[in-house]
Amino acid sequence: MASNPPPKPGDPVLLDIRDLRIEGESEDVWSPIVKGVSLKVKRGRVLGLIGESGAGKSTIGIAGMGYVRGGCRFTGGEIWFDGVNLRTLNERQLDRMRGNRVSYVAQSAAAAFNPAWRLMDQIVEVALIHGVMNRAEAERRAVELFRKLKLPEPETIGRRYPHQVSGGQLQRAMTAMALAPRPDLVVFDEPTTALDVTTQLDVLAAIKEAIEDEGAAAIYITHDLAVVSQIAHEIMVLRHGETVEWGPTEEIISRPKKPYTQALVSLRAFRKEEAPPAPPAPLLSVEGVTAAYGGAVTVLHDVSLALETGKTLAIVGESGSGKSTMARVVTGLLPPVSGAVRFAGAALPPRLKDRTKDQLRDLQLIYQMPDVAMNPRQTVEEIIGRPLTFYFGTKGAERARRVHQLLDQIELPRALATRLPTELSGGQKQRVCIARALAAKPKLIICDEPTSALDPLVAEGILRLLVGLQREEGLSYLFITHDIATVRAIADEVAVMFKGRVVRSGPLETALAPPFDDYTDLLLKSVPEMTPGWLEGALASRRMEGAGQ
Amino acid sequence: MTDAPASAAAAVAAVPPKRTAWRRLRKAPFTAWFGFAVILFYAVLALFAPAIAPHGESQTFDIPYDVWAVEPRLVWADLGPLSLPYWLNFEATGSMHWLGTDQIGRDMLSRLIYGARNTVGIALVTTLLAFFIGGTLGILAAVVGKGWFEIVLNRAVDVLMAIPSLIFALMLLSTFGSSLLNLVLIIAVLDATRVFRLARAVAMNVAVMEYVEAARLRGEGLAWIMRKEILPNVMPPLVAEFGLRFCFVFLTIAALSFLGVGIQPPLADWGSMVRENATLITYGDITPLLPAGAIALLTIGVNFVVDWFLNETSGLRDGQ
Repeated sequence: MASNPPPKPGDPVLLDIRDLRIEGESEDVWSPIVKGVSLKVKRGRVLGLIGESGAGKSTIGIAGMGYVRGGCRFTGGEIWFDGVNLRTLNERQLDRMRGNRVSYVAQSAAAAFNPAWRLMDQIVEVALIHGVMNRAEAERRAVELFRKLKLPEPETIGRRYPHQVSGGQLQRAMTAMALAPRPDLVVFDEPTTALDVTTQLDVLAAIKEAIEDEGAAAIYITHDLAVVSQIAHEIMVLRHGETVEWGPTEEIISRPKKPYTQALVSLRAFRKEEAPPAPPAPLLSVEGVTAAYGGAVTVLHDVSLALETGKTLAIVGESGSGKSTMARVVTGLLPPVSGAVRFAGAALPPRLKDRTKDQLRDLQLIYQMPDVAMNPRQTVEEIIGRPLTFYFGTKGAERARRVHQLLDQIELPRALATRLPTELSGGQKQRVCIARALAAKPKLIICDEPTSALDPLVAEGILRLLVGLQREEGLSYLFITHDIATVRAIADEVAVMFKGRVVRSGPLETALAPPFDDYTDLLLKSVPEMTPGWLEGALASRRMEGAGQ
Repeated sequence: MTDAPASAAAAVAAVPPKRTAWRRLRKAPFTAWFGFAVILFYAVLALFAPAIAPHGESQTFDIPYDVWAVEPRLVWADLGPLSLPYWLNFEATGSMHWLGTDQIGRDMLSRLIYGARNTVGIALVTTLLAFFIGGTLGILAAVVGKGWFEIVLNRAVDVLMAIPSLIFALMLLSTFGSSLLNLVLIIAVLDATRVFRLARAVAMNVAVMEYVEAARLRGEGLAWIMRKEILPNVMPPLVAEFGLRFCFVFLTIAALSFLGVGIQPPLADWGSMVRENATLITYGDITPLLPAGAIALLTIGVNFVVDWFLNETSGLRDGQ
């Protein structure tokens, strides 16, 4: 690699990173984050960087701008951008280039915009600082980009403040900000990860069209292979700071060579085994529940659901659909305005404090963010052991034995019992939360998006574990999620929620099969697939429906 | 995403917590070490006062306002219109008392040493009591949440805080009489209001965490939630506040003693020692500044340690 002559200015290879090495510091210990990665981005082409968290994909992406985050340092390699090695430039020279020739789109647009400034002021700022345009030109350019990115009211939207536009629109505004000075390279760092699936589709399409139109090269960082396959010409798979595989998108998707890539591609093929037919035994039924926060904002309208023993009911919906509120009503954290919840043949008292210890024990919860669901000052043994002591009075050696049993059940080594939650990985944390729920020997576990904060492969492991436990222990799950693939993998029954109402419900086979209602149709069509050209197809079908209406 | 620090953090996670604590301490700056040394020195003085002090606490000798055993004397250079000190001479005076005696002939050094025991001991007890009251009520208010309990408590605290605390303490002490018990109770209650505010504010941030919700869903009682789920997670700011609060209490007691309603004679106390010997200042004798210096030194020492501790815990928060 080193024998290759460096690219000259004007070379078709715009960005040429060679043997990049970056270290990160934690408590005075420097450890490698990026271990010798080389990549090339040609002008007007999109390179997708994919990998789980900790793979170093964001670090490599921003290294393309000659930048490392605080607490990190370059230890080797060259970053050739348009014939210049960025590592040889000083801060002033880099500043002149950043935002101008290379720009960056962050994951959270909400955190990247200054809430006290109007959108337009922030978008023209870069162009003005670098002196490439005057104010009037820059504003004309911004409006042109708003139009390209299909923002509503492109002439006037720039006068709004960040909180006056939706999350998807803000993400598009940030893309406009990045594209405004006509950069040669744009680094997108998970720009659609925080968005709802139906919004993600729009933003993805807008970004794709805009960069094609502008002829800019891009690095697109994500953990979702389906998303990256729609937008990138080439894909690089990263793991533990090293390149696993690098090739054209079609090749990676259809003929992955390395086992890790194969696992990523075949992900979501997992399906729960068909359970043997059993006599119906209703466990939980929600009857005509209406719930409101603060007595004013009604978030659930007359919702009814039913779940049988040993089955999984998946509640699907986007943010704001009321699916998490449903969980709060069932657990007794939010007493409903009207309606009732029946559990195992008896009415559940609406308030938490009126419920008996057995009613509490029968109903356990697994949270979305395992980091905040466990007390950071308690060891794994204390976390799992507390329900044992609290509900069953198990103490001492017997308790330690049960904790070890539970650790075996959730497939974690027993040695982890003495660790604190901060010393565990994301997947391990979620497993400990599952063990804590299991320790209470519940009949029903409410899972509130337990896999959405985890990397795909880790999430699949958690789903397999949950399904296995259901078979062994005869558990029932109320599974709240926004991810259709997860529903397909584990649900027996499905309820689709939209704006506080159940718009569709029934067994998995019929609920997610045509004919659809409008919303379910939109939801299903928005789930990214790896098939080339899927994005255009999905958009076309959406446009046709829009025209037909 | 948090790609960068993840692998580095994983590498460190294997280090047992005790060793990291020791390593942090060893890396502490000079000021923190100085603070620790000062606190240790005072603790030894307070604990072993009877063994260390040359004379009894209230033992009187014949000569009041006796001079130091070795008198430092400045030697002045006469430069015409201007005279400047250029040398420090030490002259033995033949006095039996290292630092002289006070207004009724008690050994100054012995009273300084006993003063460490009384002033620091009482301040420590008072601060602990203030933290027990304020901390418990503050965390309780955060856990119970909105309701009449919180409203009543908050308004009561507002009323107590509205009156300048030194004047309020003076008034209460003259109403109830200045016994040691009254002194401790009154200052503890007044200082507990500040602790309450802090404890409630930090506990409110913790009370909304999902692990606290998980404990509620499990059916845990108030005591468990306060003690096991919340207290361990609000300790760092409370410990830092303890250090600062201790200094304030300490100064309040000294101030009250100086005003004559604090620790009563014949108990030795630095605040009243300043007042009793204040006249000496007029004669250029620095003896009354010694107890004041003792107060200042301890305050500075404790603050150095608190600063370092605050730095450490806030640094931890960045890393997470």
